[in-house]
Amino acid sequence: MATISIAEPPRPAPARPRLNYLTEKTGLMSWLFTTDHKRIGLLYVLSITFFFFFGGFFALLMRLHLLLPQGWLFGHETYNKLFSMHGIMMVWFFLIPSIPNTLGNFVLPMMIGAKDLAFPKLNLLSWYIFMLGGLTTLYALVRGGVDTGWTFYTPFSTSYSTTFVIAAAVGILIAGFSSILTGLNFIATVHRMRAPGLTWYRLPIFIWSTYATSLILVLATPVLAITLAMIAIERVFQVGIFDPALGGDPVLFQHMFWFYSHPAVYIMVLPAMAVVSEIIPTFSRKPIFGYKAVAFSSMAIAIIGFLVWGHHMFVAGESAYAAMTFSLLSYMVAIPSAIKVFNWTATMYKGSVQLDTPMLYAIGFVALFTIGGMTGLFLAALGIDVHVTDTYFVIAHFHYIMVGGTVMAFLGGVHYWWPKISGKMYPEFLAKLSALTVFLGFNLTFFPQFILGYMGMPRRYAAYPPEFQVLNVLSTAGASILGVGYVVPLIYLIWAWKYGERAPDNPWRTTGLEWKTPSPPPKHNFDVTPIVTWNAYDFEAQKEELQLG
Amino acid sequence: MADPSVLALREQFRNPEQQRETSTVGMWIFLVTEVMLFGGLFTAFSVYRMSHPAGFDQGSADMEFWLGAINTAVLICSSFTMAMAVHSSETGKKSRLAVFLLLTILIGLVFLVIKFTEYYLHYHDQKLPGILFHDTSPDAAYVQMFFVFYFLMTGLHAFHMIVGEGVLCAMLIRTWLGSFSERYHTPIELAGLYWHFVDTVWVFLFAIFYIPGAHLK
Repeated sequence: MATISIAEPPRPAPARPRLNYLTEKTGLMSWLFTTDHKRIGLLYVLSITFFFFFGGFFALLMRLHLLLPQGWLFGHETYNKLFSMHGIMMVWFFLIPSIPNTLGNFVLPMMIGAKDLAFPKLNLLSWYIFMLGGLTTLYALVRGGVDTGWTFYTPFSTSYSTTFVIAAAVGILIAGFSSILTGLNFIATVHRMRAPGLTWYRLPIFIWSTYATSLILVLATPVLAITLAMIAIERVFQVGIFDPALGGDPVLFQHMFWFYSHPAVYIMVLPAMAVVSEIIPTFSRKPIFGYKAVAFSSMAIAIIGFLVWGHHMFVAGESAYAAMTFSLLSYMVAIPSAIKVFNWTATMYKGSVQLDTPMLYAIGFVALFTIGGMTGLFLAALGIDVHVTDTYFVIAHFHYIMVGGTVMAFLGGVHYWWPKISGKMYPEFLAKLSALTVFLGFNLTFFPQFILGYMGMPRRYAAYPPEFQVLNVLSTAGASILGVGYVVPLIYLIWAWKYGERAPDNPWRTTGLEWKTPSPPPKHNFDVTPIVTWNAYDFEAQKEELQLG
Repeated sequence: MADPSVLALREQFRNPEQQRETSTVGMWIFLVTEVMLFGGLFTAFSVYRMSHPAGFDQGSADMEFWLGAINTAVLICSSFTMAMAVHSSETGKKSRLAVFLLLTILIGLVFLVIKFTEYYLHYHDQKLPGILFHDTSPDAAYVQMFFVFYFLMTGLHAFHMIVGEGVLCAMLIRTWLGSFSERYHTPIELAGLYWHFVDTVWVFLFAIFYIPGAHLK
């Protein structure tokens, strides 16, 4: 020992920053073979952002085409392909995986105090399956597209369409298995990987909602898989399954398709509710109002949501009794949805509300989801549905839920957890500005479509009567603004990743285990497994802790 | 020798107990998704059987009833040997475990051989829908539809059998390598769950495809 100090005085070790999940290993291979839930979440972010702008590009082309009543950019067949590929890309390659696979993957294990998901390798596998499905569908697109609409209605899809239906259907089928694996992983994780002391009623609402989503993912997606497989088989062998000319029943296809695709709407919106239920208490500095009501309403939406698919087929030949039952059940889904809206509002009531960017998105979500949900009641009513079926009213309604709901919440969530994900802050003013742009652009795009639909403009047409032009131009103008609102965050978030201000561990001074780790977190999230002795959203305890700390 | 349950502990788990429970939950959820996958086909089959009973009965009469019945017995035997394998793994009897796994694999193979013999006989009778199908009866379209579902559902089941054979072979190799003990045998249990599930599906397939038309021969 002494000889060393004589030969060379000890140099002070250079202050090295702590390793986190981003710096622990580097290089492309460390990402492609990672089993870290946080890195896989980021892989999903990259993939779905790519698919989102792809699908968004189609939407913009459609809106441009509809500037003139007779249309001016594309032939009718190309237009059919545009709306089909827009729907397919957006539904299966953006909306379904949007929040669960990105933010869910990233924060779910941290929220429950786990080192990782239950099955990390399965998680990576699900990303590869997702990419394989996405690339198969892209192949269909590059070879010439699909013109069946995202709904693949038979017998057009099985016997008459001359486009690449099989490749697109197989791509979606493959991506479906990725959904199933993710759902399975989340359920097993929530059941068995919670930190000691973290009982079900201490879980953040995010976990409850994601759990409800996962139930739908594992129960509904297999039915879609087998339905798409039947379409591919009918198309390849020309044997009767759904084509009435061959003895099949096309309405059965619609039943099986919507048995998945209606709950799929809740796959999209429950995670959005999950995100909003985290943001609103944080920026109101109050525990969520009616914790159990909100938690159980997530489960109720998932369960009742399985029993309403027939409302997509009120005009497709359904018995009056079936239609009335589906109508009643559809109204019942509105109850837990409304409970959530009331409880979010009550959470903000007399809270100290701070209008940071995530909160702007969350409030926007509540407003737009309310409009989308209320117009859903119009569609659940048998009489009105006959009038507005297959019109722009339906388009506007579900875009209020999927874009106004899910995309708003996704952006809100990305901003909310961005400091945790990247360890950097984003530029607040620019972020607020683009949140407002998105909100205004969205309403300008889709509100006119409610009116258009009510006046009788059918969906999926490449041309329209001249008296609808003003509203269509407004909608196209809104879509352009919305496009800007989406591109700006993409740019400043990439900028912030590199040049943003360093984020503290808990920039929002909020509760939740994910904020008790460093930003960005180390590979295994926590140095020691936390022991939870408090309820979710316990801001009083948080305040004491901050004062002590 | 170190305890295999500790050696097999993955980094995300706190202890072997948590790992075992989590894997079991995962397997059960997977089986639920399988029920929904087959459930879609069972539903579609039932709908068409209700609306076209004559054609479906006639299709059922074209089944090789006795081959199907023997295959049902064969699979039930394989479920028994699988249950014995799981029991042997729980009691830590490694050579008995290997024997029962091997028996299960062999009986599974017998099932597949009989199944593909049936497929060959259908091909011989020109009952391959969409490829080679010959039927002169007035209900020919629905007889063909019956065969579409028959090939789809038994084919999907056979695919699951083949996957199961692969899983059991992997289990057998791991048994020989000494990966299991009475403390750590979760993979055997989970493979058993899967195997029993696939067997159960067959019982339903036998009931809906072979029995309804058996008296019409």
